[in-house]
Amino acid sequence: MRSRAPRSSALTGNVRRDIALALLAVWLIGLSYGAIAVASGFPLWFPAAQSFLVLAGASEFLFVGIVAAGGNPIAAALAGLLVNARHLPYGLALPDVLGTGWRRILGAHVMNDESVVFALAQDDPPAKRAAFWTCGLGVLICWPGGAIMGALIGAAVRDTSALGLDAMFPAVILALIVPALRDRPTRHAALAGAAIAVAAVQFLPAGLPVLLALSALLLLIPKRRLPTLPKRPSWWPTRKRPAP
Amino acid sequence: MADSQATRPVKDTTLLIAGMATLSAGTLAFRLCGPLLRERLTVPSWAEKLLETAAVILLAALVATTALTQGHAFAGPSRPAGVLVGGLLAWRRVPFLVVVLAAAATTAILRLLGVP
Repeated sequence: MRSRAPRSSALTGNVRRDIALALLAVWLIGLSYGAIAVASGFPLWFPAAQSFLVLAGASEFLFVGIVAAGGNPIAAALAGLLVNARHLPYGLALPDVLGTGWRRILGAHVMNDESVVFALAQDDPPAKRAAFWTCGLGVLICWPGGAIMGALIGAAVRDTSALGLDAMFPAVILALIVPALRDRPTRHAALAGAAIAVAAVQFLPAGLPVLLALSALLLLIPKRRLPTLPKRPSWWPTRKRPAP
Repeated sequence: MADSQATRPVKDTTLLIAGMATLSAGTLAFRLCGPLLRERLTVPSWAEKLLETAAVILLAALVATTALTQGHAFAGPSRPAGVLVGGLLAWRRVPFLVVVLAAAATTAILRLLGVP
């Protein structure tokens, strides 16, 4: 019989320290998430409930951003699901650490960027399992915990614009995507998408400009997926245009 | 809370809960699909890369629109200035907490100086 419980003894001190640091970062992002959600007009219970039920930071920021701008919550949820589609390939890449039955459901729920990264970085199956569950359950505590505390702080602060809280929200997301932006094609597509969205803001209803930014994906596809046409040989006859 | 009522983005709590339920149920479905399909299918790496890039584009567009605009117009220079400072620090691999606090502080100081 396999033991599926998280056993931190399977982890070295370095790995445990790294997981603790990652959890601290998750807690801080949760803090800003709760504060921002309440500052943009959401009720207190909302960041608390959503952080626990969704447990995927970037999509929750996107949801709050779109709804706060006046967008429809269902459209915001669909945009969030697009961001969360990456969890499907995560599950495909993840070695068998989840177990069966309710453990599999709980394990799937705590499958996130951090727990997957730590699981994949370990060498043997017991260490992978311990790293996944330690980090995953830690996120399940730290993310909603941070969000609830942030929501309480945000509700106490009256003039959020004087404190620059409105700059925190885009800065948080920017900091989250900076590692991905170091890849040049991703950066170019992201810049093009951002430009499209900003240009569309004055014409389109709230929420749609962000979705329209996805058209920047077209910049990537032809280059990678279509075969290039053969070049003309140098002896090919060129037709001269008659001068006007 | 009268003043939070004025800025409340969604009057319809039912719709807000429906949005949250859609997002959480769909996300759990994505998370369960991977382990269930693991033995049966491999996602081509270009599709994985495309999904990843799509997510980054969405988030970058959200950064740009929330940093630069308010309603349908320009938000004023102090907010984008703060976000820019945060972005530059993040690019230099400065810790997350410093990035976020520096962004908020830059915007707050500019507003204190009278910049909108």
